[in-house]
Amino acid sequence: MSTHTSPLGSGRPRGLWAGRLFGGFLVVSLLIGFLTLGALLAQVLLDGYKWVDPVLFFEPPSADPLIAGARPAILATIYIGILLILFTVPLGVGTALYLEEYADRDRWYNRLLEVNIQNLAAVPSIVYGILGLAFLVRGLGLGRVLLAGAMILTLLVLPTVIIAAREAIRAVPDSIRQAAYALGATKWQVVWRQVLPAATPGIATGSILSLSRGLGETAPLLLVGALTYVSFNPTLLGDFTALPVQIYQWVARPQEEFRTLAASAIIVLLAILLALNAFAIWLRNHYERRW
Amino acid sequence: MATREAAPPQPLRLRATRRRWGEDFVKVGLALCAFVSVATTVGIVVALFEPAFEFFREVSIVDFLTGRDWAPLFEPPSFGVLPLIAGTLLVTACACLVCIPFGLGSAIYLSEYAQPRTRRILKPALEVLAGIPTVVYGYFALTFVAPLLQDIGLPVGLFSALAAGLVMGVMLLPTVASVSEDSMAAVPRDLRDGAYALGSTRVQVATRIVVPAAISGIIASFILAISRAVGETMIVLIAAGGQPNWSWNPLEAVQTMTAFIAATGQGDVPTGSVEYKTIFAVGATLFVMTFAMNLLSIRLVRRFREVYE
Repeated sequence: MSTHTSPLGSGRPRGLWAGRLFGGFLVVSLLIGFLTLGALLAQVLLDGYKWVDPVLFFEPPSADPLIAGARPAILATIYIGILLILFTVPLGVGTALYLEEYADRDRWYNRLLEVNIQNLAAVPSIVYGILGLAFLVRGLGLGRVLLAGAMILTLLVLPTVIIAAREAIRAVPDSIRQAAYALGATKWQVVWRQVLPAATPGIATGSILSLSRGLGETAPLLLVGALTYVSFNPTLLGDFTALPVQIYQWVARPQEEFRTLAASAIIVLLAILLALNAFAIWLRNHYERRW
Repeated sequence: MATREAAPPQPLRLRATRRRWGEDFVKVGLALCAFVSVATTVGIVVALFEPAFEFFREVSIVDFLTGRDWAPLFEPPSFGVLPLIAGTLLVTACACLVCIPFGLGSAIYLSEYAQPRTRRILKPALEVLAGIPTVVYGYFALTFVAPLLQDIGLPVGLFSALAAGLVMGVMLLPTVASVSEDSMAAVPRDLRDGAYALGSTRVQVATRIVVPAAISGIIASFILAISRAVGETMIVLIAAGGQPNWSWNPLEAVQTMTAFIAATGQGDVPTGSVEYKTIFAVGATLFVMTFAMNLLSIRLVRRFREVYE
C-alpha cells in the first residue's frame, strides 16, 4: 500500500480535540454573559412585577412598604434627564467641534485636551461625587439640591458625549467641507450649515446613549445628597432623590417587602433606559447616512 | 524676435481679506466649551488633594499607607487604609477571575469564529450587559448570587467579596470583550492567511497569531477592566458588606475604598472634621490608582492603533 506523505505531515487532524475543547470554552465564555443577563432579568421581573402598579407611580415613599411609591424619585429622574440633555449637548458638541474643526492637532495643549477627555471618561463615578460634594454642595453653598445632582452628572457623561460627537463629525466626508468652501462659505457657515446637519443623527444617538448611562448612575448622587427622605415633588433647588438612589435605599433595607419594592422600581428604571436605547438605535438605523 | 518674460507667479493669498469677528467669537466660544473638561480635571485634583493634604497634616501619611487598622470613628481613631485597599483588591481579583478569561474568550469567538452576521447580533447584545445600572447589579448580587453561593455549599454570609466580585466580573465582561475584539479586528488578514497556508488550525491561528499580534490592545482591555473594578461603587456598597477587613478571604464581608467613601459621604458629616477629610484622603488614593491605570491603557490602545491602522 502506497502512502502519500505530505510535507505538512500525516493527514491525521492533529489537535482535533484541543480544537473542540477550545471552541467549547469560547462558547461557554459567551454563554456566561448571556445566561447572567437572563438570570438577572428573570430575577427582577419575577420578584418585582406584582408591585409595578399605580401605587408605585403615584405615591411618595413610606416606611410601610404596602403604600410606598416612587413618584418623587421618578419625577426627579425625568427632570435630571431634561437638564442633562440641556447641559451636555451644547457643551459636548461645542468641544467636539473645537477639537475636530478648529484645533491644531500639533499643539501640545490640544493633545493634552484629548488625553484629558479620554482619562475623564474613565474616572470612577464616585470621584465625581466627591467633586460635587466639595465644590457644588459645600463650596458654592448650593446645598443638596437637584440642580447640583444634574450638574455633576453632566460632568460625568460629558466625555462620552464628546467622544460620540467627535466620531459623528469625523464621519462627515471632507469633500462636503471643501465644496462649501469653494462656494465661498466661511468656516462657521461650513460647520453650522453642512457639517452639523450631516452629523446630527450620530450626535443624537451618542447623546441619548450617554443620557441613559447618566440616568442609571447612583454613586455620585449619594454624595451630592440624594439620599434624603423626600415625599414631595422635586424642584430645581430643593431636596431630591432619584430613581436609582430610591432603589438603593430600598435594597439596603433588611425587610423582604422592600426588596420586592426595589425590584419593581428596577423594572421601571430598566424600562426607561430600554426605551431610550431603542430610540437611539432607531435613530441610527433610520437617519444615519453612509458616505 | 523679442521673447516676452513671463511674470513670476504671484503666491495665492489664502487669508481672508478682512477680519471676521463673528468667526473669532465662535472659535472662542467652542474653546470655552472644551475648557469645561480641563476645568473638571483641575477641579477634581483640587477638590481631592487640598483636603487630603490637610488630612495628612493631622495623620501621618506613613501610618495611613501602612496601617492595618481602619477605624476612623473609634476612640482613639486609627487611619490605616490597607484594609480598604485589601478589600478593593480582593473584589477586583474576583471580578478578574470572571471578566478576563471569559471576556477574552468572547472576544476570540466574536473576532475569529463567528460569522459576520452572528457578530452583528451578538456584539450589541453583549453590550447590553454594560448598559445595566450598577445598582441593579448590586440588587442581583444580593438577592440571587449570594443565596446561590450558599446553596452550592460555600460558607458565605449575605455579604461577601466573592458575590460582589463575581457579579462585577460579568458587568465588566463586555469591556474586556469589546476592547480586545477591536484590537483583534485590527490585525491584518495577511497574518492569518499566512498561518493557514502553513497548515495551522483555527485554534493555532487564534492563540499563536491573533492574540500575540493584538496583545497591547488585549492588555489595555484588562487594565481598563481592573481600573473600573477598583472604581466601582454600588455593587460593593450593596453586596460586599461594610466592615473593613484584613483577612484576604473572599468568603468574608469586606469594605472597599469606594464603599467607604459612599457610606461616609452620604451622611451629614460636619465640614472640616477629620472624618470629612477621610473621604478625600481615600478618594485621592483611589484617584491616583485609577489614573495610573487609565493612562497606561490609553497609551497601549494608541500603540496597537499605530502599528496596524
